[in-house]
Order: sequence, then structure tokens, then C-alpha cells
Amino acid sequence: MTIEAAVGPPLAPDAAAKPPVIHPVWVRLNHWINALAMLMMIGSGWQIYNASPLFGFTFPREIALGNWLGGALLWHFAAMWLLVVNGIIYVALGLATGRFRRKLLPLYPRDVLHDLAAALRGRLAHDDLSSYNAVQKLLYLGILLTAVVIVLSGLSIWKPVQFQGLTSFFGGFDTARYVHFAAMAAIVAFLVVHVTLSILVPKSLRAMIVGR
Amino acid sequence: MSRQRKSPPGVDGKLLIKDAAKLMPAPSRRLFLRGALSVGALTMLTGCDIIDGDTAENALRVVSDFNDGVQAFLFNPNRLAPEYPESAIKRPFPFNAYYSEDDAPEIDGDKWQLEIGGRVENKKSWTLPELYALDEVSQVTRHICVEGWSAIGSWQGVRLSDFLKRVGADLTSKYVWFQCAEGYSTTIDMPTALHPQTQLTLKFDHRILPRAYGYPVKIRMPTKLGFKNPKYVTAMWVQNNDGGGYWENQGYNWFSGL
Repeated sequence: MTIEAAVGPPLAPDAAAKPPVIHPVWVRLNHWINALAMLMMIGSGWQIYNASPLFGFTFPREIALGNWLGGALLWHFAAMWLLVVNGIIYVALGLATGRFRRKLLPLYPRDVLHDLAAALRGRLAHDDLSSYNAVQKLLYLGILLTAVVIVLSGLSIWKPVQFQGLTSFFGGFDTARYVHFAAMAAIVAFLVVHVTLSILVPKSLRAMIVGR
Repeated sequence: MSRQRKSPPGVDGKLLIKDAAKLMPAPSRRLFLRGALSVGALTMLTGCDIIDGDTAENALRVVSDFNDGVQAFLFNPNRLAPEYPESAIKRPFPFNAYYSEDDAPEIDGDKWQLEIGGRVENKKSWTLPELYALDEVSQVTRHICVEGWSAIGSWQGVRLSDFLKRVGADLTSKYVWFQCAEGYSTTIDMPTALHPQTQLTLKFDHRILPRAYGYPVKIRMPTKLGFKNPKYVTAMWVQNNDGGGYWENQGYNWFSGL
């Protein structure tokens, strides 16, 4: 409530001259730190995967991070802190400022179907970037949930003895690796859509950089 | 960012590093992070080398040391690794090392002795019959490799904490260092050495440890990654300084707890 208001009053007297802030500075900082941390986690994760592939393929070394298993593990368990600390701050502020509730709720299946149909016909309006359509709400809520899954499944792979209850919850050590991989795949799929749409609607990218 | 090394004019430094990385044999690759920085996703994103390889490597090692502390804090000395039924044992249990099975040490058990040193009262070496005569404990636990695969195995031997007490080890020491026949080594923290499931292992699946699994002695600890479980052990040292290890010195995380 107070933080967002302090960073950018939605309607200042000169609102006509200066458009309102869509993303306060803490959201933008969280977003780009998270982007960096995720690239490091995904790149090093691919290199780690290559040491013992779950499926019949490996990731090309050119797009993986760390050069060998030991290097990739160092990256993964360093970027982990950036991801988790940044993520905790983001979730705390998202809840405390009411941003999550305001931006992501309410969400009704009917609206999702309606907006999805409109989006596929290319008729979804983007006039007001401060308000998310139902498909956006669904995707952002989904990615938040996926973030929880990838962190918890990662913890259960890292500490299958100390956190053995968590590891059991994910079906044991071997299965937790598949869950961790599936969550990564979901995040990469989200990234493809997310980045594509931000390029198709450049003012949304601009808003995440300069705030408005 | 300052770069210490400059490529000769007309030479693409990145390509040089890329080629050099290919030439280096995987296990002895000491400059792994420099290669990582030139070919990794980060560089593709920014189009520059970001930071000098040494700086990045040092920074990552600092975080790895920090992670040792976090893992020591998370380690509960009373929490046991899950045990499994005998039917869950992986057969054949995989052989794994940085060399092929044919190159594994072939040790003459009649001549072999376990050397004991460092902060212990009784530094007498132990023969195999002497070790076989000690009380036996057994476990069926999951061996988890740093590579990501895992396999359930069955190990029998002497509880390491009992053995350390028997030789009069100073249990307030910080580390136990193990030396192996092929030159492998590793160091573990004392709390892990005293964990009830940490075992001076003499048998696999109730039979004398075969050569592939570390004859005559391996150290089994289900609370650490596989590479921290040394095979073909020839010496055990109780000490206050970290003796490092074969993989640890190349960049694997030191604590590597599970």
C-alpha cells in the first residue's frame, strides 16, 4: 500500500503530461535481477543435466553455463541465493503492497476463455498496461506457482537426507529430478511466450525498464 | 572491467579460449570458469566477457565456501538417511570413478594395512583380520552421485564413530582426511565422521567388498554425495586443517552434504 504509493503516485496533478507509473522501481529491480538469476540457473542447470541426462538428449555446451559439471554446480548454487533472496523480497512486497491481489485477482475461467479467444484472433487490447487481462493473470499466477515448485523440488534434490520429508513429497530423489526438470521446461516455455509478447508490444518492455 | 590478458592483435581471444577448453582433458580442467564465461549464456547475452575469469572463479569459490557453512548448519547429526528393503538394491550396483574399472587399484589384502595418524592416541596400523573382528553394522541406503544419478546399495562394516573412539581420536578435531591407494583423497567434517550411519565399510551386500566397490576398505556416508565416499582407503588422519581432496580441489563443493 504505502511503498507503491510512495514510489509513484498513480494520478499526480500533472498526470496528463506524465503517464502514471505502471511498474514501481522495486518491481523493475526485482524483475531484472530475477531475469539474470534465472538465466544463470537455467544455463548451469542444463550443464548439470548433461552429466546424467534424464532423457535421450543433452543441451549444447555453447548455450550451457559452467563448462563442466563442477563449474556449473558452482554457478547453480551461487545464483540460487540471488534467485531466492530476490524472490523472497518480491513475494513479500507483492503481498504487502497488495500488488498481487490488485493485479492478479480476481481470476475467472470464463474471462480466461474469452481473453484467450480474443488473443488468438489478435483482438486483445493493450491500451491499459496497468491492468492485466485474464490470460496474463493466469500465466503470472501459474509462473509464481511453478517458481514454488522449482525451488522446493530443487531443495529436495540438494538435501534429500536433511529435507527427506520434502523429497518424499516429490516422489523420492529420482522423481524429484524429473519434477525439477519439468518446472524448468514450464519456465522456459513461459519465457518464450513472455519475451515474444514483450517484443510484439514494445511499450510493455519500455514500462518494465523506465516504469511507464 | 579490467582484463589481465590481452590477445595478440588480430586474434580472437574468445575463440582461442574456446579451442583451449576443448583441448583440456575434462577431469584436470583448472580454467573451467574462464571457458564458461566465454561460451556461456551470459556472454551471449551481453556480448562481452563481463569479468575476468579469475575474478569470477574466486567469487564462485567464496560462495561455495559460504555454502559449506550453510550445509554444516543444516546438517542434523541425529537425522538418519532413509533405509530401504534389500529388494531395492540396484544390481549390478554401478562402478564409478574417474578411471575405468580395469584401472581400479588391485590391492593385496594380506599386505594391506590401514594407517592411522594425526590427532589419535593409538597410531598402530590395522590389518584386515583385525578390522573384520570388530562389531559389524549394516545399512541399505541410497548412494547419490554428484552427476545426478542414484543407486541403492547395501554396505556392512564398522561404525566409524566407534572406530575413532577405539583408536583414541581427539573427537574435538575438525576434520578426518582419507588417503586412497590410487592417489584419491577427501576430507570430511568431524560431525559427519561421527554420524551413526558413517561406516568404515568392509563388505558390499554381505560379501567382502569387491575390487570395483573399493576393496579392502571404503568409507560409506549416506549423508554425503558419492565422491565424498572414498574407496581403496589406505590411511586415515584426524586433524584440524582441511586436507582438501581430489575433486574438491578441482571445484566440487567441499561439504557436499545431502
